Amino acid sequence: MAGFHNGQSMGRQSISRVRSAARDAPVHFGVLTVSSACSYIHYNTFDLPNASEQDLRVERLSVPVTAGLASSEAAHLETGHVVEFGAERPLTLDAGVSLSPWTIAYQTYGQLNGNRTNAVLICHALTGDQYVASANPVTGRPGWWTTMVGPGRPIDTDRFFVICSNVLGGCMGSTGPASTNPATGQPYALDLPVVTIRDMVRAQAMLVDHLGIDKLFCVAGGSMGGMQVLQWAALFPERVFSALPLATGARHSSQNIAFHEVGRQAIMADPDWFGGRYLDHAAKPLKGLSVARMAAHITYMSDEALHRKFGRKLQDRAAPAFSFDAEFQIESYLRYQGTSFVERFDANSYLYVTRAMDYFDLAADYEGSLAKAFMQSRIRFCVVSFTSDWLFPTADSRAVVHALNASGASVSFVEIETDKGHDAFLLDVPELFSTTRGFLDAAARARGIV
Amino acid sequence: MSETSILKATNFNETTLTRVDLLVIAGMVKPDTRALDVGCGDGSLLKYLAESKNVDSRGVELSQRGVNDCVEKGLSVIQGDADTDLFYYPDKSFDYVILSQTLQATRHPKVVLEQMLRIGKYAIVSFPNFGHWKLRFQLMSSGRMPMTGILSNPWYDTPNIHFCTIRDFVDLVDIIDARIELARALKADGSPLGLRAPWRVWNFFGEQAVFMLRRPGERGQ
Repeated sequence: MAGFHNGQSMGRQSISRVRSAARDAPVHFGVLTVSSACSYIHYNTFDLPNASEQDLRVERLSVPVTAGLASSEAAHLETGHVVEFGAERPLTLDAGVSLSPWTIAYQTYGQLNGNRTNAVLICHALTGDQYVASANPVTGRPGWWTTMVGPGRPIDTDRFFVICSNVLGGCMGSTGPASTNPATGQPYALDLPVVTIRDMVRAQAMLVDHLGIDKLFCVAGGSMGGMQVLQWAALFPERVFSALPLATGARHSSQNIAFHEVGRQAIMADPDWFGGRYLDHAAKPLKGLSVARMAAHITYMSDEALHRKFGRKLQDRAAPAFSFDAEFQIESYLRYQGTSFVERFDANSYLYVTRAMDYFDLAADYEGSLAKAFMQSRIRFCVVSFTSDWLFPTADSRAVVHALNASGASVSFVEIETDKGHDAFLLDVPELFSTTRGFLDAAARARGIV
Repeated sequence: MSETSILKATNFNETTLTRVDLLVIAGMVKPDTRALDVGCGDGSLLKYLAESKNVDSRGVELSQRGVNDCVEKGLSVIQGDADTDLFYYPDKSFDYVILSQTLQATRHPKVVLEQMLRIGKYAIVSFPNFGHWKLRFQLMSSGRMPMTGILSNPWYDTPNIHFCTIRDFVDLVDIIDARIELARALKADGSPLGLRAPWRVWNFFGEQAVFMLRRPGERGQ
């Protein structure tokens, strides 16, 4: 029974059994071990307080991850923990339809404390996933935010119970366009209803319910993750103690929508896209997706940082060869970004998740007033922007801060000076870490977390 | 509130405040109220007000370093500027809006004061008095821009672009049609000048001043 909490003592991590594709396979709650060729998840026993195996009746699932793999036969990869919500727990979408059944894949780090007050939800950005602080099983690369999340890090997993889930519409185990449409037995492709940031947040809220947590100590994330943070604050103000939106805004700008549209058109223009039904053709629009990533990647960096890193330097040659090879280092770099991206990401997911960002306009849901979205909010906010971020410039963050001021909310705001562009929130920026640490320390004191 | 009660209300033994004008300001703020400190620096006044008087304390600070210090103290502080960021606060959203040693560094002191009185029931302002005898003497004797302990930057490298004297400030209070609720002039050693002394005495012997203003319609506290 999905979303059911088994009512074990508060000190335990108690997870209900849910309907799962793996049926009655023995279950372990744990960090998976990576084995790219296996078809089932292998868990290491996870360090939970007072947990006996019986308490930890967590589903073991095998969920195919089919994104961008060289051969679709090797498509069964681990997605960590997966909850499937059955017919009794549909997800009502902004598009006006119900999604059922649906799944959400997630990872956790650290331990939930006795009174369940130390849970931090990390919301990932456009192409992120649930592997915030552990190795990604598809790429084998470290978690995407290990500088921020981990033992002794600003979001300290020795202290906080960190949850990170794959967004709805994604391709790392949560329901997305590559998931099987129960009506047809085929991948959804474009038959999946368009999802919104609010849908993603509703899905996360059901996961948080499922984990038996009433109120999150903090919801944190950058870029699209920051949009989710703001949406959480607006939608579930009583379920969030503190909020950390980074490098984000309360709406997607026209320019941002434009860049996304370029990416989507690149995917759709690829003949291997097959109107979205490429999985039926054992094909993948890798070139289109790669171009989409290249275009987007430019927006994540500042002109200054590009010049610092690459300038006009040539790649592996002393003089121009008068060709259309990747002559400049920046070209070579972008091509690398594009080709490495397609190995881990599903093209249709890219369409869905970019669309969700495009639709995001929090004020529009509150009579055009962002302040109304946060009215009477008791949440402690810390908003951070970066000077060289031109995708979500400081003005976007300031608009959020001004709305929070107008609504009387408790808000801190820092604009951090860096030339690292939008991606700064993911990178080694000491001022970001000290701000986060200070903010969370103070909030933890106020919340009574030791 | 008498001068002695202000000093009593401020517990000098427990406070972490070192600047005398901040002590006087802290003495003017009543417990269990809401205060916005514009140009709050490292947040020591806000922290003091929050801990000693249970004041819901918020701040605005220009420097990233200052904001970081404040956030680490658990204070709610936004990086911003008195000249541009006060417009976004709703009317009467605070009991006190505080501007300590910052008025002379704003581009539009009159607008800033008006904004403070729009946002708060009371505006508390401390500023260096350019009419202080030492400054007058330095200017007269040397013919150069004066520099003192609290005004220690050379003219070409100072954030202070709108100096005024106590009498100038009192004129501005009239111009913006505000009322003076409380006023203190502090000598160079930090001790207050006599309350009944005329403005010109304050203007001559006061190294700095602290004013609490209110709108005409607002009742005195």
